[in-house]
Amino acid sequence: MTTPLEAAEPAAAQAAGPGEERPTGRGVLRYALSKLGGALFGIAMVLVGTFFVFRLLPGDPVRNMAQGRNMTPDQLDAERRRLGLDKPLIDQFIDFVGDTLRLDLGMSYEYKRPVIDLIGERLGPTLLLAGTGLVIAVSLGIWQGTRAGWRHGSRFDRFSTGASLLLWSVPTFWLGLLLMMVFGVGIGPIPGILPFRGIESVDAPDGFAYVLDVASHMVLPCLTLVAVVYAQYLLVMRSSLIEEVSQDYVTVARAKGLRDDEVRRRHAVPNALLPTVTLVFMRVGFVVGGAVTVETIYTWPGLGQLFYAAISVPDFTLMQGTFLLITVAVIVMNTLADVVYHILDPRVRSA
Amino acid sequence: MTSVSTARRRLALSRFWAEFRHHRGGVIGLVVLVAAVLLALVAPLFISENVTSVIEGVGEKWAPPSLSEPFGTDESGRSILLMVWWGSRTSLLIGFLAALLSIVIGLVVGVAAGHFRGWPGAALMRVTDWFLVLPSLVTALVLAAVLGGSTFTIIMAIGITTWPATARLIRAQTLAVEARPYIERSKALGAGHWHITTRHVLPNVAPLLLASTTLEVASAIVTESTLAFLGASSNKTSWGTMLRASYDFGAANEGAWWYILIPGLAILVVVMAFTLVGRALEAVLNPRLRRAA
Repeated sequence: MTTPLEAAEPAAAQAAGPGEERPTGRGVLRYALSKLGGALFGIAMVLVGTFFVFRLLPGDPVRNMAQGRNMTPDQLDAERRRLGLDKPLIDQFIDFVGDTLRLDLGMSYEYKRPVIDLIGERLGPTLLLAGTGLVIAVSLGIWQGTRAGWRHGSRFDRFSTGASLLLWSVPTFWLGLLLMMVFGVGIGPIPGILPFRGIESVDAPDGFAYVLDVASHMVLPCLTLVAVVYAQYLLVMRSSLIEEVSQDYVTVARAKGLRDDEVRRRHAVPNALLPTVTLVFMRVGFVVGGAVTVETIYTWPGLGQLFYAAISVPDFTLMQGTFLLITVAVIVMNTLADVVYHILDPRVRSA
Repeated sequence: MTSVSTARRRLALSRFWAEFRHHRGGVIGLVVLVAAVLLALVAPLFISENVTSVIEGVGEKWAPPSLSEPFGTDESGRSILLMVWWGSRTSLLIGFLAALLSIVIGLVVGVAAGHFRGWPGAALMRVTDWFLVLPSLVTALVLAAVLGGSTFTIIMAIGITTWPATARLIRAQTLAVEARPYIERSKALGAGHWHITTRHVLPNVAPLLLASTTLEVASAIVTESTLAFLGASSNKTSWGTMLRASYDFGAANEGAWWYILIPGLAILVVVMAFTLVGRALEAVLNPRLRRAA
């Protein structure tokens, strides 16, 4: 019963099993189906949790949403009926689930527009920023982690580990503020060299120049995001490479007379990559947290900033919608990671 | 009997200390930590909450660091030094209590999931895994926003979103401990669930717990400051709310680098200290790591 849960463990701990028979496609399919079931269960729990958390709101939701504006009792009643708050809780829950499944996330109080439209608008910039950041962070982390792990104990290794521990301790938003101050605003006589607000200039040109404009706006947010998330890829890549180096097949590869470089590139790194790649998907929730912070600081018009805006108003419908979307996306990514990992690494299957 | 066990404990403690002393980073971290906690505790003897009051800000606005104001002043002429000092109380308090809550939930769930095999344990792990997947910062923000900002709700929000990692660790250790023969002996002698978990499992997971608590406090302090920065604060001065104010009042545009730098450095130093101590504790207490080293 606990087997699929165990398989979700990061693989560094998984020992290579004795030679197992080649896995059949059916096993993978069954595994994928059980994971899918788990994901659906998780999403269902998110729905239930969201419903109850947002109804935990202290006080009358209608008054909360009206935010102190004067309303007559009739207006309050009408509003209550419109929101379905006069129905029993169970009916409200069924309505909520039905609406959510139809992607009807309600109207935002702040923007007076359907939440799903707002989310649709903001999705692009977030994917652009988080995607670019993630690609850079993963490549940099894997490259540096490989170098550090291969020359385990070298000066480069100690420097890398120290630097990543430091970055790990730095709060994302503080790093963002510092970068903004140094490169965006400038200190004293030194002027800032990079834009730090929004995604484009007010007088943004068309065509290729527009791409450059957006790219220059992306430098600082991207840098902040990368600095914070790449450390974990580095550390995992490093430790899993160190583990691989002591394996027999590496010794064999060396004994065959392969050059050091080839042993690393052809034998050790591909195996060490597995846990790191899974981690990319597993920790996507962490990246989301980073994105919320970074988008807030640089007023990047993405989902994270929308969520932040919902928190600071507070606009509970919008908050609920973005929260649902973010959590469901994270659960889907994690499930994908589990299944892909299962396909890629036969050792997990035999465990 | 008691004297024997006391002597044994004292011996274990001195052996632990002898080993911990070899980790230079851990010792430095410990010194910094003790200093930070002592400073936070004695703060009311020298200053009061007035240092965070806008009305009491008597200095010049946006004054750069000088002899009289070593860390400069903020947008209302309050001393950054005194505010960081006073704010350490909130930051450390929330950090410690949130970590404690997270560890307690993690411990109970972890031991229960490891001890009760079969469906109760599996169900607990399902819930744990579900919490583990949730984006913790986003969830904590939602909880803090829904429950309203107070020290208590911030602690709850952090504690509720960060316990699953501990629960997994503790469950693994519980499984390892319960596989040992002396548990079987104890069961044969009639020990119940309570006796086994509190008398045999707990003492064996406690050392690991110490290390992970230390690391947990570090991450709780960072989370608290991030929550405060994103607007979910306890309405008391903490390092996070100071940084929030520096952003709101445009410290970067005013060139007030000290306003951004100092509270952040305070977070960094304390978090690094906790991390160093936690890693040193892990290296000393975790037999698996020790063998590897």
